[in-house]
Amino acid sequence: MGAWGLTEPGSGSDAAALQTRAEKDGEGWRLFGQKQFITNASFAQVFVVVARTDPDKERKGISAFIVERGTENFGPGSKEDKLGIRSSDTCTLEMDNAHVGPEALLGELNGGFHDAMGVLERARVGVAAQAVGIARAALEEAITYANERETFGKPIGKHQAIQFMLADMATGIAAARLLTRDAAMALDRDEDARMQGSIAKVFASEVAMKATINAVQIHGGAGCTKDFPVERYMRDAKVVEIGEGTSEIQRMVIARELLKSGAA
Amino acid sequence: MDFNLDDDQRALRDALRSFCDGEIAPKAAERDQQACFEDGLIEKLGEMGLFGMYVPSEYGGTGLDVVSYVMAVEELSRACAATGILISAHHSLAVDPILEYGTEEQKRKYLPKLSTGEWVGCFSLTEPGSGSDAGAARCMAVEKDDGWHINGTKTFVTNGGEAHVIVLFAVTDPDDPRRRLSAFIVEKDTSGCRVGKKEKKLGIRASSTTELIFEDCVIPKEQLLGECGHGLRVALSTLDGGRLGVAAQAVGISQAALEASVSYSQERQQFNRPICAFQAIQWKLSDMAIEIAAARLLTYRGAWLKQNRRPYEAEAAMAKLYASEMSSRATNAAIQVFGGYGYIEEYPVERLLRDAKITELYEGTSEIQRLVIGRQLLTQPDWVAQG
Repeated sequence: MGAWGLTEPGSGSDAAALQTRAEKDGEGWRLFGQKQFITNASFAQVFVVVARTDPDKERKGISAFIVERGTENFGPGSKEDKLGIRSSDTCTLEMDNAHVGPEALLGELNGGFHDAMGVLERARVGVAAQAVGIARAALEEAITYANERETFGKPIGKHQAIQFMLADMATGIAAARLLTRDAAMALDRDEDARMQGSIAKVFASEVAMKATINAVQIHGGAGCTKDFPVERYMRDAKVVEIGEGTSEIQRMVIARELLKSGAA
Repeated sequence: MDFNLDDDQRALRDALRSFCDGEIAPKAAERDQQACFEDGLIEKLGEMGLFGMYVPSEYGGTGLDVVSYVMAVEELSRACAATGILISAHHSLAVDPILEYGTEEQKRKYLPKLSTGEWVGCFSLTEPGSGSDAGAARCMAVEKDDGWHINGTKTFVTNGGEAHVIVLFAVTDPDDPRRRLSAFIVEKDTSGCRVGKKEKKLGIRASSTTELIFEDCVIPKEQLLGECGHGLRVALSTLDGGRLGVAAQAVGISQAALEASVSYSQERQQFNRPICAFQAIQWKLSDMAIEIAAARLLTYRGAWLKQNRRPYEAEAAMAKLYASEMSSRATNAAIQVFGGYGYIEEYPVERLLRDAKITELYEGTSEIQRLVIGRQLLTQPDWVAQG
């Protein structure tokens, strides 16, 4: 299993402000610092760690390293207790004078920031797909419940208020799925899919949040209990609006592309 | 399903873009102010083949696929929403039912002239007392020896002013709830058929929206369209296709709003910088772009399904619902980007807001679209899983 370490306590959206440093030591480096919110950290065998190699530069002084589990003075720290995706492992990564050899450098020296942004741009489509999946699960549960639960003498699915909520959920999901596939196909064609990836991610994650909230609403009070899965879907959905680039960052990316191209 | 436009589609879009920017967009504001299409516009559109897109070449058209068609409606609407619906209503609501339900004689009689724009088409279902509740129509068609005798009043007929060919829905059996309506082709110059009031509207002001009044209008028996009693089915299946056109119109209007907003935000300076430097403005632009991308893909998907003769009723409803509501949001945001100038007629965005609203209403209100989608979800839960 693999894990990717970019985020730190002091740098999330402002990734270039990272402080983990790699000091040159002969042919290799020594890593010092702490990463936070690293998925899979407890059990990954292979880590990609992004660290500062030139303290005088910001974006152009960052590099990436492959670090293996078992490296001395390197390893997962405390595990986060989260709102959602609770079975997903999320830990800090501690390094205090952890030595890696010259072969550990991934990509060009001081080219790591650019590469990290490329990784995120390509990964967004996966997160968008995750959002679509969560939203679909919520919709399917809501439809089942709407056909069974009765109020005022009929299944709640016969009330327009519920029908309209379901219709909006389905429409959002259909659009999110199409945007995700469109971005994926662009990546398959080796195109620059920065705009499509960000659009898919921000749209799908916001659809998932709205859909899961409405799924709980459709379940009424029972939706707030652990008897039904919809409360978990709602808790799971939230992180998708945040991880791998918050919705705010996605909008920055999209706006920048628009202002470059004129939007036509 | 690959939404990467092929070379032919891209070439068509580029040609249309150029035509629309040069010939359609410059007079959009004047059309809105005068509330009519200028002389020569229909001929110009006809020369570009824009009245014959849906029609197979054997009947005189260019036989484009549905994705290309919706793309064309989007391009026209980006330049001028009223021109967009002129073409969309003609194709989706008049040409299409004749293609789908017409006899060979009817197709040979009507499609060639509809293809060139010599005849413009329209669709007449709505009445003062029946909009969403289309089945409650009261305009009557009674069969006698000399043909069908039609009496009644229709309202809100898009293209009512320009059209020669009317696809009309009238009651042929008032007592049968399932087979109450039938569809007919009526030529406007038939005695007893006349255009009534022309509506003054909030938006798409150049598009004619008229009453049609039938006072013992007699049409030949051969002008029954489809089977007697199948009128509601013809109407609703025709509207499914129409919804794709309206969705495309909404996307086009929104695209115009976005481009105007991006451009303005780069020029207008406040606090010593262009307003696009502020995140508040960047957010509006990016939200517009996101929603336009989503709406366009929903529209293309509906078009692709129709092209491949797969069920597409709920997908068309989704596209229309989403794109129309999105266009109101996008045009509203565009005015906001322009600030006070957005409210002034000299700038294009106030017209875009006024034009967008109708897309949430005609060819099935948003409420009707939600009923269609909701019904699909509750009766076919697998549909969601299959994507």
